[in-house]
Amino acid sequence: MSLQDDLKALRQQALLRISAAKTLKELNEERVKELGKKGSLTEVLRGMKDLSADERPEVGALANEIRNALTDRIAERQALLEKEVLDAQLAEEQIDVTLPGQPAIQGQPHVLQQIIEGLEDQFMGMGYQIIEGPEVEQDKYNFEMMNLPKDHPARDMQDTFYISDELLMRTQTSPVQARTLEQHDFSKGPLKMISPGRVYRRDTDDATHSHQFHQVEGLVVDKHITMGDLKGTLLAVAHQLFGEDHDIRLRPSYFPFTEPSVEVDVSWGPVTPDTKPEEIEWIEVLGAGMVHPNVLEKAGVDSSVYGGFAFGLGPDRFAMLKYGVEDIRNFYLNDVRFLTQFDQKG
Amino acid sequence: MKVSVNWLREYMPIALPANELAEKISRTAVEVEGQSRPQGDMKKVVIAKVLSVVPHPDSDHLVITQLDAGEDEPIQVVTGAPNIAEEQTVVLAKHGSLIGDGVKIRRGKLRGEKSNGMLTALQELGMDNSVAPKELEAGIWVFDEADAADLKPGQDAFEVLGFDDDILELGITPNRADMLSMNGTAYEVAAILDEKAQLPEFSLAESDETTESLISVTAPEDLAKKYAVRVIKDVHVQDSPLWVQRRLWNMGIRPISNVVDITNLMLLTYGQPLHAFDYDQLPAHELSVRTATEGEVIKTLDGVERKAQAGNIVIDSAGEALMFAGVMGGESTEVTDQTTNVVLEAAIFEPKAIRHAARDQNLHSEASQRFERGVDVEATFRALDHAAALIAELGAGTVTKGRVVAQDFAYEAPVVKVSTQHINDVLGTDIQTAEIAAMFERLGFGFEELDGEFAVMIPSHRWDISIPADLIEEVARLYGYDNLPATLPTGETTPGKLTTKQQLIRDSRHTLEGLGLNQAISYVLTTPEKASQFMMADATEAVEVNYPMSQERRVTRGSLLTSLLDDVAYNVARKQDDVSLYEQGRVFVSNGATALPEEIEHIAGVVTGNVRDRDWDQAAQPADFFYLKGIVEQLLADYGFVDNVRFETNTNRPEMHPGQTADIYVGATFVGFIGQIHPLTTKMYKVGQVFGFELNLTTILELPRVKSTYEPVSKYPSISRDLAILVDRQVESADLVARIKENGGADLHDVTVFDVYTGSNVADDKKSVAYSLRFVNYDHTLVDDEINAAIDNITKALQTEFDAEIR
Repeated sequence: MSLQDDLKALRQQALLRISAAKTLKELNEERVKELGKKGSLTEVLRGMKDLSADERPEVGALANEIRNALTDRIAERQALLEKEVLDAQLAEEQIDVTLPGQPAIQGQPHVLQQIIEGLEDQFMGMGYQIIEGPEVEQDKYNFEMMNLPKDHPARDMQDTFYISDELLMRTQTSPVQARTLEQHDFSKGPLKMISPGRVYRRDTDDATHSHQFHQVEGLVVDKHITMGDLKGTLLAVAHQLFGEDHDIRLRPSYFPFTEPSVEVDVSWGPVTPDTKPEEIEWIEVLGAGMVHPNVLEKAGVDSSVYGGFAFGLGPDRFAMLKYGVEDIRNFYLNDVRFLTQFDQKG
Repeated sequence: MKVSVNWLREYMPIALPANELAEKISRTAVEVEGQSRPQGDMKKVVIAKVLSVVPHPDSDHLVITQLDAGEDEPIQVVTGAPNIAEEQTVVLAKHGSLIGDGVKIRRGKLRGEKSNGMLTALQELGMDNSVAPKELEAGIWVFDEADAADLKPGQDAFEVLGFDDDILELGITPNRADMLSMNGTAYEVAAILDEKAQLPEFSLAESDETTESLISVTAPEDLAKKYAVRVIKDVHVQDSPLWVQRRLWNMGIRPISNVVDITNLMLLTYGQPLHAFDYDQLPAHELSVRTATEGEVIKTLDGVERKAQAGNIVIDSAGEALMFAGVMGGESTEVTDQTTNVVLEAAIFEPKAIRHAARDQNLHSEASQRFERGVDVEATFRALDHAAALIAELGAGTVTKGRVVAQDFAYEAPVVKVSTQHINDVLGTDIQTAEIAAMFERLGFGFEELDGEFAVMIPSHRWDISIPADLIEEVARLYGYDNLPATLPTGETTPGKLTTKQQLIRDSRHTLEGLGLNQAISYVLTTPEKASQFMMADATEAVEVNYPMSQERRVTRGSLLTSLLDDVAYNVARKQDDVSLYEQGRVFVSNGATALPEEIEHIAGVVTGNVRDRDWDQAAQPADFFYLKGIVEQLLADYGFVDNVRFETNTNRPEMHPGQTADIYVGATFVGFIGQIHPLTTKMYKVGQVFGFELNLTTILELPRVKSTYEPVSKYPSISRDLAILVDRQVESADLVARIKENGGADLHDVTVFDVYTGSNVADDKKSVAYSLRFVNYDHTLVDDEINAAIDNITKALQTEFDAEIR
C-alpha cells in the first residue's frame, strides 16, 4: 500500500470515529488521537521521509486536506455535542412560568390626590401657579373679601365651623384667591392660579355629605378676560377629567363672588356630531363665573381695568361620579381594599 | 318654590309642554329641581252627588249610598265615612279606577252589600296630609255648596281639583328672590318666552267709614320702611271657594279659611307677606312696630310660648307684644271663625332683624324668608288692597275707606349704565346693540340708549340688579350660555411650575408610594385626647371649633399618626390586618382666638401585620422597626441633606415603645421620630403591633440640601475587609460606625453592618457585630499594607473606646 492509500484509509476511519464520539470528552480524546503530536496522522506522515522529491508535494497536499477535513469534522461534532449538553441543561432548568412572581411592594396615591394632581399638571401646562393657603382662616378672607358680608343670606348656604368670631375652618379654598389677589403685582403679568385643598362644612356625615372634603378653585385676572375664555378653560377641564369627547353646558346660578355665575354640567357620555341633544345626560360638576367687581375692589384691584373668571370644583364629587363611589366617607376612612383599587397608571 | 303652570298660563299664553318650559327656565333663570303632576297615573275618579244614604243591615259603621255619577243608573257604594250625608257633592273612585299609592278600586261586596267604587278623601288621591284642608280621619272630601253648584256629576275630579296641573319646583338662588312669587316668575317666564305678562287686576270698593277712625299705627323707619293697615268689617270667616283652595294646595299650602287663605294667596302672587289680626281682640285700636325687650313672651300661632330677644321686631298694641313681625303671628289676635272684623297689615320689615329673629326663634316661615331676601317695594300696598278686595268679596265684608299708613316711600328706579362694548368685552361675544335693547325690553327694563351706551332703569321687582355686571348677566343668560364661544385666555403668558415646597411634598409622596405605602387622607378634626398625642413640640394647644357636630370631631389634629392609627383601627376591625399607609397633611397649633394657628406640613407612615404575604416562594414578611426604618432612610436620603441624618434612641416618647423608638435628626435639627407605637396606645386604638414614623416637612424644607453632584468612578478596584468585634450589648452601632469612619483613613469608602449576634458562644452582656469595610482609592491600586494600617487604626480606636474585642 502506498502512503497515499494509508492516508486515505486513515481519513475514512478517523472520520467515522469522530462522528461516533458520544461526549465532548470522547471527542477531545479522538482529536488528540488523530491530530496530536503523537496522533495517527503524524504517525503516517513520518513515512514522508522515504518518499521521492516528486511525490512529496502531492502527499503533503493530501495530508493537509485530510487534516482540514478532520478538523472541520471535529468542530462540527463539537458544536453538535455542545448543543446537546446545553439542551439537556436547559431542559433541566425548566420552571413553571405561570407561578406568580415575587410581589413587588408598591403603594398607591389616594384617588382624590390623583384627581388633584391631574388638574394641577393640566393647569401648570396652561401657565397657572398652584397656591395653597391656611385651612384655618379669617372670616375676612373666607367670606367678607369674597363679597359675603356678615349678614349675607348666602352665608346660610354653607354652614361653618367657627373657632372664634374671627376664625373658622375654611369652607372653600377661595380665601386663597383673595389673599393672592391682594398681593399680586399686575405689572408682572396676569394672575393665573388654582388653589387645591381641604375644606370644611358643618355637616353631618352621611353617604353624600362630609364635614371635610376637597376643592380645587381657579382664578384668572387680567385686562381682557372673557366669559368665552372661562367656557374654553372649563371645556379643557372636562376633557382632562372625563375624556376628550365629552361636552359641557353652562346654566345660570348664583355665587356671591361671581357675576354672571353659572353651574357647569358635563355630559356623562361622549358627544359626537351625531348625538341628539335630548340624548345627552348632563351631570352637574362645578360652579364658575366672572369675578364680581366687589371681589376685585376689596382686594385693591381696579375693576374698571381688570376682570377675570373663577371656578371651583370638588374632587370628591368628581371621584364619586367617575368611579361610581356611592359613599363619600370611603375617601376618609382609608380602607386598604378601597385605596388600592385606583391603581391605573398612564 | 312651587309654581303652578296652569296659574302661570293666566299671565301669558304658554304653548310649550311643561317639561320644555322647565328646561328653558333651568337654562335661563333658576334650576327647576322637580316637575310633577298631582294626578300622576290616577284615573277614573269623578264628581258624584249623594242621592241617598241608608244604614248597612249588617254593620253599625257602614252605610249604603246611591250616587249620581252622571250615568243612566245610580251607582251603589258602601262607605264608612263618618261625614257622609244626602245631597253632598263628593269624589268617587269608580270601578276600575286607580287612586293614590297605586291602589286599584274594584267592585265588590262589603258585608254582603254591593259596592261599585269608593268615596275618597284628598289624601287618598295622593295629597299630603300637611296640605289637605281636613284631616283624613274627618272622612271623605265634600265640596262646599257654593262650589258644588258649578259641578256636574260625572265630571273628571282631577280637573275640578286642579290635579291636572303641572307643578314646577324652582330652586331659587339667593339673588333671585324676585322669583319667590307668581308675579316675579311670570315676569321672568315672559322674558324667556318673549311674551308680555298680564298681572292680576282687581277692583276695590270702600265704605264711607274711614279706616283712620278705627285704628292708628306707628312704625319707625329703621324697622319698617313701609307699614300700612286696612280694616275689613263684618266678615264671614269660612272656607275659601274651590279656586282659592286649589291654587293653594297645588302650591303646597294648606287652605284654612278665607281670610288666612287670601293672605297666603297674596304672598304667593306678589311675594308680599301680609298679616291679618282679629280687630276685636286687639288690646287697643292701635298698632305700633318696635323692638322687643329681652325675654318678652309671645305665644305664636303654632301654640308655642316664645321668649323674644332684644332686636326682634314685634307688633305692639297698648304695650303688649302681639307677634314677631314678619316671622309669625300671635295666638291672642289670631283670626278665627268667630272673627268679624279684620285688620290687615302690609309692611316691609328690616331684613337683617327678620333674619336674626327667624334664627333666634328657629322659625323660618314663608314670610320671614321673603322679608330676609327682599320684596318688591311697589307691590306691598297693592297686595294689601288686593287682599282687602278679595276678603270683602269672599267673606261678604266691607272695606273701610283708605289705608292707614305709618311709613312709606316713593320708589326711584336706580339707573345702571352699561355699554354694548363692555358687554361684549366681558362675554367674548359680538352682540349688536339692537339685540341687547330687545333683551332689556323683554325683561321689562326701561332704558335710554345712545351709540351703544345704555342707561337702564331698574324696575322695583328686580332689586337684585344694581351694577353693570348684573346687567351683563341678564344679557348673557337671555343670549344663551350655549351661544358663548369657547376660547382660552390670550395675553401675556406666565410660567406654571411647582414651588420648591410643592415639589418636595409631591416627591415625598411619590417616594413613599414607591416604597410600598398607600396614601391615606384622613379627617383633620378629632378628639382633644387624640389631638395631644405624638406631639413633636412641648405645650402646644389644639384649635377647637365652637359648635362641633360630634365629640369625635372637635379639635384639629396635632399629629398625623393619630389619624393613621384611626385608619389602621378601621381596617383591623374589618379583618384587614396587613396595613401600610402614609399621610401627608397639616397639623395645627393654636395661637389664640384671633391669630391664625400655625399650620405645619407633616408626613407620617404606619405599617402593621405583614408587609408581604407568604407565597409559594417565600415566608411572610412581618412589619418591624427596621422595615419601616429602611423606608424612612430612603425618604430622607432622597432629600439630599448637607448634614448627616441621625437616629437617636429616645426612651421617653409617651405614645412610643421605650425600647424601639428613635428621634430623627438632620445635623442638630430634630425632624421627627420613628418606632413601635406603645402597646398601651395601640390598645386604646384596639389594634395590634404598629410601627410608625412622623416627620415635620416644614422643618425639613428649611434645611440645607445639595443638588445631585457627580464624582468620577475610581479606575482602581475597591477592596473589602470584614471586621467582627465583640462589644457590650448597650453599645450602639451608630457609635461604632462613627468611630470606624473617623479612624479608617481617607480611602475608607463605606461601612456596612452584615451581622449582629447574641447567644451561645457570646457572653450574656455582649454582642458580636460584623462590619464590611470597603476601601477605594482614586490614584492607585490599594495594597494590603495600606488596608492593614487602616484596620489597625480602627481596631485600636474600638478597643480603647468600647473595650471591643476583635474576633
